[in-house]
Amino acid sequence: MAVALILVLVAVGSVAFHLLSPWWWTPIASNWSYIDATITVTFWITGVVFVAVVGFMAYCVFRFRSTPGRRAVHEPENKRLEVWLTVATALGVAAMLAPGLFVWHLFVTPPADATEIEIIGQQWQWSYRLPGEDGRLGAVDTRLVSPDNLLGLVPGDPAGRDDVIIQADDFHLPIGRPVKVLLRSVDVLHNFYVPEFRAKMDMIPGSVTYFWFTPTRTGTFDVLCAELCGSGHAVMRGRVVVQTAEEYQAWLGGQRRFAQAAGDTR
Amino acid sequence: MSELAHGTGGLIPAAEVPEMELPHPHGWWSTYVFSQDAKVIGIQYSLTAIAIGMVALVLSWLIRLQLGFPNTFTFIEPQAYYQFITMHGMIMVVYLLTALFLGGFGNYLIPLMLGARDMVFPFVNMLSFWVYLLAVLVLVASFFAPGGPTGAGWTLYPPQAILSGTPGREWGIVLMLLSLCLFIAGFTMGGLNYVVTVLQARTRGMTLMRMPLTVWGIFTATVMALLAFPALFVGAVMMLLDRLIGTSFFMPTLVEFGERLRYGGGSPILFQHLFWFFGHPEVYIVALPAFGIVSDLISTHARRNIFGYRMMVWAIVIIGALSFIVWAHHMYVSGMHPWFGFFFATTTLIIAIPTAIKVYNWLLTLWRGNIHLNTPMLFALGFIVTFVNGGLTGLFLGNVVVDVPLSDTMFVVAHFHMVMGVAPVMVIYGGIYHWYPKITGRMLDETMGKIHFWITFLGAYAIFFPMHYLGLLGVPRRYHEIGETAFVPASAGDLNAFISVVALVVGAAQMLFLFNLAWSLRHGRASGPNPWRATTLEWQTPETPPGHGNWGPELPVVHRWPYDYSVPGAKEDFVPQNQPDPSPSHAARGLAT
Amino acid sequence: MTVTLLLLGVLAAFGGWWLVRQGIVSRPWLETGPLEEASPRGAVALPAAKLGLGVFIGVASALMALLLSAYAMRMTLPDWSPPPQPRLLWVNTAVLVLASLALQRALRAAQEGDRKGARSGLLAGGAAGLAFLVGQLAAWRELAVAGYLPANNPADAFFYLITAVHGLHLLGGLVALGRTEARLRQGVPDDRLRLSLELCATYWHFLLLVWIVLFFTLSFAPSFDWLVALCTAPFR
Repeated sequence: MAVALILVLVAVGSVAFHLLSPWWWTPIASNWSYIDATITVTFWITGVVFVAVVGFMAYCVFRFRSTPGRRAVHEPENKRLEVWLTVATALGVAAMLAPGLFVWHLFVTPPADATEIEIIGQQWQWSYRLPGEDGRLGAVDTRLVSPDNLLGLVPGDPAGRDDVIIQADDFHLPIGRPVKVLLRSVDVLHNFYVPEFRAKMDMIPGSVTYFWFTPTRTGTFDVLCAELCGSGHAVMRGRVVVQTAEEYQAWLGGQRRFAQAAGDTR
Repeated sequence: MSELAHGTGGLIPAAEVPEMELPHPHGWWSTYVFSQDAKVIGIQYSLTAIAIGMVALVLSWLIRLQLGFPNTFTFIEPQAYYQFITMHGMIMVVYLLTALFLGGFGNYLIPLMLGARDMVFPFVNMLSFWVYLLAVLVLVASFFAPGGPTGAGWTLYPPQAILSGTPGREWGIVLMLLSLCLFIAGFTMGGLNYVVTVLQARTRGMTLMRMPLTVWGIFTATVMALLAFPALFVGAVMMLLDRLIGTSFFMPTLVEFGERLRYGGGSPILFQHLFWFFGHPEVYIVALPAFGIVSDLISTHARRNIFGYRMMVWAIVIIGALSFIVWAHHMYVSGMHPWFGFFFATTTLIIAIPTAIKVYNWLLTLWRGNIHLNTPMLFALGFIVTFVNGGLTGLFLGNVVVDVPLSDTMFVVAHFHMVMGVAPVMVIYGGIYHWYPKITGRMLDETMGKIHFWITFLGAYAIFFPMHYLGLLGVPRRYHEIGETAFVPASAGDLNAFISVVALVVGAAQMLFLFNLAWSLRHGRASGPNPWRATTLEWQTPETPPGHGNWGPELPVVHRWPYDYSVPGAKEDFVPQNQPDPSPSHAARGLAT
Repeated sequence: MTVTLLLLGVLAAFGGWWLVRQGIVSRPWLETGPLEEASPRGAVALPAAKLGLGVFIGVASALMALLLSAYAMRMTLPDWSPPPQPRLLWVNTAVLVLASLALQRALRAAQEGDRKGARSGLLAGGAAGLAFLVGQLAAWRELAVAGYLPANNPADAFFYLITAVHGLHLLGGLVALGRTEARLRQGVPDDRLRLSLELCATYWHFLLLVWIVLFFTLSFAPSFDWLVALCTAPFR
């Protein structure tokens, strides 16, 4: 009796916690509300299954607990029941998988008009690079990384001369414009993580990874590193400021270009 | 087609086993220390695993103290924190769970449940334990090495694992990789034994489809482990070479703190593929024995045949096979080719179907049963709750795009602790409460057992269920403190403190279990040979605890499947597997299906 | 990972076939009695040692397949520059073939009760195995002298690693040969001798087969880039 009651309390308590808990995802600031919707669908399906399973178990424990004279029913299998349950499970799984794959297709297909920007991780700070007027990012080579050239840009590449470089400072993005984020690392794995954007991806030294999103809300957001990158992992922070197009242009105008930076240090 | 004719026609019984020569012990050393008796080896494995597990438990306390009360315990610096989580994870997954299920339960139960005298290669079996012990000692040595153990996270991802920004890069990582290689070598020796014993040494009448699900689970898990551990071995050897002689298997051109290193041309992703090619099957290497054991616990204590035995066997085999093609669901945000996501999300969610069937069949075994709420049964119920909970959150993480916001957050930590931490541990405890009387001849104390169960089950649930919501909020894992972060409200700190307090209590409750183990050895109620009135062969031994060779002069002969509980017409509510008289008529039982 | 998955697929197909033959679709609750009527053959009539070796070969195959998978995955990146293959490897391959043949002859001799023949075959096999190892070391030296060292680039490192792993397995095989020889000298009964030789021969044939696969991969994979591309396409 007590056992069955506690099991019911576990199920009810879990649902109550889910509904009442103050800890929930951050208000979204990107176009990936599809992801939130998929999570919601998954919560509904799994929540129903969890309550049903624990509830049925509590019922069995209560109804079929050992009492004098009780004898269990010998029943090796029941094909129809098992087939029925399998089909129902398969349908439930499909109901989660289908939207998941659909949204993943969106997630890995950046729109053609997305602006390419680059984010570079190194122990333990973030740097950013924006294409200049030519709209192209210059070539890079990790072997060229030096105190003067922390991102390893190839000095001779004309496409790189007008690249905007932001180091140890907040990064800004205009609202409503899709961006394709190219991710690069010069030392170990990192992961550019802004909870409000939902999207994230590892950065791997030696190759370039990407994800895309469109900022949909202005504001300042914390950047964290989400892939263990050594003892400074938790302090590898930054900030992204999403602002209107005019504010963004004003900010962009005040940033230095690669050619200038290289010239200054020379 | 008559079912009967179909059944017998397809069956091939195990070969008549020739009596094996047992290496009988001479004196104390060869009886208790260098024993070649699988039962002693199983106990040695279990005690070693529990001992190193206690180290991991203490580490988890330290982790929780830091997370619950940041800046209070100043000796836990970031480096130390990373070392704690790394060692905690690796010990729990490999040196405790794998070793305890396969080396401990496997060694003790396989020969007994199959009616064998011992494992087929007793010497290799003994060697397996000693190599395992050596692996544990090498692992422990890394705590005392200069620089301490590695703090690379249990996944040991390069390049970080062998670079100077990570604690323990001098000795810790080298000892860790060496220890893993040793563990794999030792496990392979044991694994060969388990597989060949199951294939070869079954007694007369013990066909494959008459094996208890415990043996099915351990057998399938062993086959998987034999094929999956080489991937970790390859990865570990390659990383060792990268670290020690400067090869670049996993090391691309990189600049560390402004200094260009000599590495170049390696692929960090390659390691992740190798690691998870081992790592995902590893989850099921732990889960399948748990599935098997819990099936037997539920059936015995609900006095009812396991529902859908055939489906249960098929599900074990299918899960085992499928688990080799889902590994990259750990790598959705690793930067691998995004098209993998479609394939691996699909395979991952498909594996949910046979897993769900197992859960249904456990529930349907309880249904219309005669449920005795003994401690083993309580742990089995606790397993179902935690496993279902953890399995369902797995559907979030397996569904590629849902994983994107949740990966590398506390949601993942909560998920895998629930599904492959708490759930298998529930089964381990259930199994120990269940088989302790066979091992020692005495019952564990039920009152202490029930206190232990309720604190552990409710406590663990209270730790890990709310933790999911921290992850949903966006709190990343592997942060020794979240610090000033705008999106994390102060109440999250309170939740963390609550979790830490509960964790301390749950940890302390495990001391009660250890005390019970020791106390009952002397003061426990004498159990007799078959206290749970169970059908399987290990309960039918002539002696309790069973002697070397298990069976006295004559091997048992098996006459029926292992789940003849509450058979209509039978006098008792269980019919042991080796009881010859087919008391119920076939017809009566055939109708029941 | 295609190579590994292929191997696992073959193993899974075999395992599935075997399980079905073992009655995995039967309803065990309908049958009582020790089931003596069916033939005990086919299931597990092999001696334990043979089955044990079979399982070990399965594990070793998985190890080799994983090494090859890693090799293939790395190979397809653009900067791949494999070292030149020493000619000596052809000679070594021939020597390893000889070792296998010699052990096969030793086994044949033992089956005919010719212990002397068995001994000479065993010794010849051991000598050839040793010669192969020495040859492999010479090939390493040749490469090292020419400046191809493990730390240079992944291609060189893979060559050393793969040959070393194979060599270590071969060393294990030599130990087994040594033990069999010792047994032969102590005069074990014929059936034990036959079993030991059969195990040795099987293992050495396996090592030969593995070596041929490895050798051709190391030497010719770059010229069959379409095949490699096919093998790694879904997992790049």
